[in-house]
Amino acid sequence: MNASVPIKHTQAESDLFDRYETAKDNLPGSVTVNALREAAIAQIRDKGLPHRRVEEYKYSDLRAFLKSAGPLAGNVDAASARSVLAAADTFADLDRYRIVLSNGTYAAELSDTDALAKEGVTVTDLGDVLTAEDGARVLSYPKTGPTDGIVALNTAFVQGGMVLEVKDGAEVSKPVELVHVAEFAGAQVTRNRIVVGKGAKLRLLESFVGDTGEGEINAVFDYDVADNAVLAATRLIVGRTEAARLLTTTARLGAESELRTLGFIAGPRFTRNQQFVDFTGENSEAKVYGVTMAGGRDLADQTLIVDHAVPHCNSREFFKTVLDGEARGVYQGRINVAQHAQKTDGEMMTQALLLSEEAEMANKPELEIFADDVICAHGATSGQIDEDLLFYLRARGIPEDEAKTLLVLAFLSEAIEEYGEDDVTEGLEARVRDWLAGH
Amino acid sequence: MLEIKNLHARIAEEETEILRGVNLTVNAGEVHAIMGPNGSGKSTLSYILAGKDDYEVTEGEVLFNGENMLDMDPDERAAAGMFLAFQYPIEIPGVATMEFLKTAMNAQRKARGEDVLSIPDFMKRVKAAASHLNVSMDMLKRPLNVGFSGGEKKRAEILQMSLLEPKLCVLDETDSGLDIDALRIVSEGVNKLRGPERAMVVITHYQRLLDHIVPDVVHVLSKGRIVKSGDKDLALELEKNGYADYVDTAA
Repeated sequence: MNASVPIKHTQAESDLFDRYETAKDNLPGSVTVNALREAAIAQIRDKGLPHRRVEEYKYSDLRAFLKSAGPLAGNVDAASARSVLAAADTFADLDRYRIVLSNGTYAAELSDTDALAKEGVTVTDLGDVLTAEDGARVLSYPKTGPTDGIVALNTAFVQGGMVLEVKDGAEVSKPVELVHVAEFAGAQVTRNRIVVGKGAKLRLLESFVGDTGEGEINAVFDYDVADNAVLAATRLIVGRTEAARLLTTTARLGAESELRTLGFIAGPRFTRNQQFVDFTGENSEAKVYGVTMAGGRDLADQTLIVDHAVPHCNSREFFKTVLDGEARGVYQGRINVAQHAQKTDGEMMTQALLLSEEAEMANKPELEIFADDVICAHGATSGQIDEDLLFYLRARGIPEDEAKTLLVLAFLSEAIEEYGEDDVTEGLEARVRDWLAGH
Repeated sequence: MLEIKNLHARIAEEETEILRGVNLTVNAGEVHAIMGPNGSGKSTLSYILAGKDDYEVTEGEVLFNGENMLDMDPDERAAAGMFLAFQYPIEIPGVATMEFLKTAMNAQRKARGEDVLSIPDFMKRVKAAASHLNVSMDMLKRPLNVGFSGGEKKRAEILQMSLLEPKLCVLDETDSGLDIDALRIVSEGVNKLRGPERAMVVITHYQRLLDHIVPDVVHVLSKGRIVKSGDKDLALELEKNGYADYVDTAA
C-alpha cells in the first residue's frame, strides 16, 4: 500500500469534485464546518469512493457502481413538495406526525411542528445549526465520521436536515415520520440528529419519496438515546430507482435504554444501509432488524457494527433477505465486546432465501470478544424455497405463485413481527406482496 | 370417479419401479381401503394422485371424473376435488393456520369460478368444523402444524378436508401416530364426510382404522400391484394371517 501515489479518479469522482466546487459556497456551514467539508472531500480525492478492496465495502463496490454524479437537488417550492407528498404512499393511513425534508432541506411549513411542540418535541433546521459557530459538533460523530467513505460524502455535501429533540420524560403519542421528498432529479444529502431525552419514548419512521431517479440519496441519522429512553425506528427504502441509496445510522445508548430498528429495503438498484450502535451505559438493549428484497441486478447491503463497550447490555440482530434474478444481498454484522463488557448477551442471525439460481448472498457475521463472561451467538443460512412446503400448499389448491408468496411472506414476517411495531406490520407485509408481484 | 389404469411409476431419475401396473376404479359414494406391507407402494400411489413431482409415471393413466389427472398441476387437482390427507403433515412456520385455510379455500373457489368467502361466512364454517374435530381456536391461530402433536396434525388434516369439501379423499395412513381417542375423533370426522357424491381411498397398514371407517372394498397392494380385492372381511383376514400369503403370491 502506498497512499502517496495519487489515484486515477473515476468519472463519478471527477463529477463529485465539480459538484463540490459548484455547490460549496451555497452549502450551509460555519468556518469549522467548512473545514470539515474540505477535509471530507480531500479524503475522497485521496482514497476515492469506497471500493471492493476496502474490507467494509468488499461486496458493495460503490466506486464501480457510480458511473457519474449529477448536481445536488435544488430548492423546490412548498406547493410542489406538497403535491409529491400527497401522492406518496409511505405508511398508508397510519396516524402519525410528519417532518418533511424537501430536496434535502428542512421544510418547517410542511411539518407538524406545532403539534410536536405540544408533545415535548422540538425540531431545529440543521442548516441553522451548521451555520452557528459550534455547528461542527453535529458532524463529528464518533468512529465512523472521519473514516467511512459514505459518511465523508455526506459531510462534504450535506445540504440540510434537522435536529429533533424529545424532552426528558416525554412519551410521544404518535409515530413521527421523517420523510425525504424529492421533486426533481438531483442528489439529496441530509443529516439528521434525533435526541431522545431521559426516560422519553419516540417511534420514528423514515421514508424517501418522489422523483429521485437520477440522484443519489445520502442520509445520515444520528440517534442519541439517553438513559431510560426508548427509540424505535423504521426505515423504509423502497421504490424502483437506478440511483444509489446510501443510509447511515450512528447510535449511542445510555443506561437502561432501548433501541429497536428495522431497515426495510425493496426496490432500489443499489442500497447500503449501515448502522453503528454503541452502548455507553449499562443494562441497555439494542434490537436491530433487517428485511431485504432484491431482484434483477439489484444490490442490497445491510451492514452493522454493535459495540458493547460497557457490561450488562443485550443486543439482538435478526436479518432476512430474499433474492431473485441476479441480485446480490450483503449482510455484514459485527458484535464487538470490550474486555470489561462482562455479561454481554449478543445474538446475531442472518437468513437468506434465494428464489433463483443466479442470485447471490454474502453473509458475514462476526464476533470479536475480549470479555470472558458473555453469551454471544451468531448464525447464517442461505437456502431455497422448501419443495415439500410448496407441494403441501399446492396440494391444498393454492397456485404456485401464491404459495411462493405465502412462504416468502412467512419467511420475512418473522423479522417484521419480532420487531414488534404492530401498527406498521401490515403495511410492510403489503409491500412485500407488492414487491413479489411486481419486481 | 377415479380410474387408475395399468399405472407404472418410479422415483424420478431412478430405475426401480415402485408401482408396477396398478388398476383401480373407485365410484362416487364408495370407500376403498388399500392395505399392504411396508414398501408396497401405498404412499407412492397417494403422492402420485396428489401430483408430487418426485415421481415419474412411466406407463398407464389416471382419470379423475373422466379427465386425465396426470396432466394437471397439484393445485388444479385440488380445485377439481382431489384431497390427500398426508401421512406426515408438513409444518409451515410463519403461516397461521387460519390464514392458510382462508387462502386455500378461496384459491379453490377462484379456480372454480366461484365467489370468495366473506369473512363471517368463512369464520362460521371454520368454527363449525373445528368444534366437531375438537380443534381449538388457539390451534388455528398458531402456524400451520408447527408444534402440533401427532394427533393434532391429523385432526388438522381432517379439518382441512371438511372445509375444502373434496370429491375424492385419499387418506394416507391417517391412523398412524393416533391413540384410541384421537382415532375415534378422526374417524368420526371422516365418516361425517361420507356421502353419495364423494369417494374415499383409505390407505392403512392396520385393520383397526377400518373398524371405524368401514370400507366397501378392500384391496391388497403388494410390490406395486393390487394382488387381491374383497369386501371388508378381507381386512379381518389380513389382520389374522398377515400379508405373507400375498407377498408370496406377488413374488
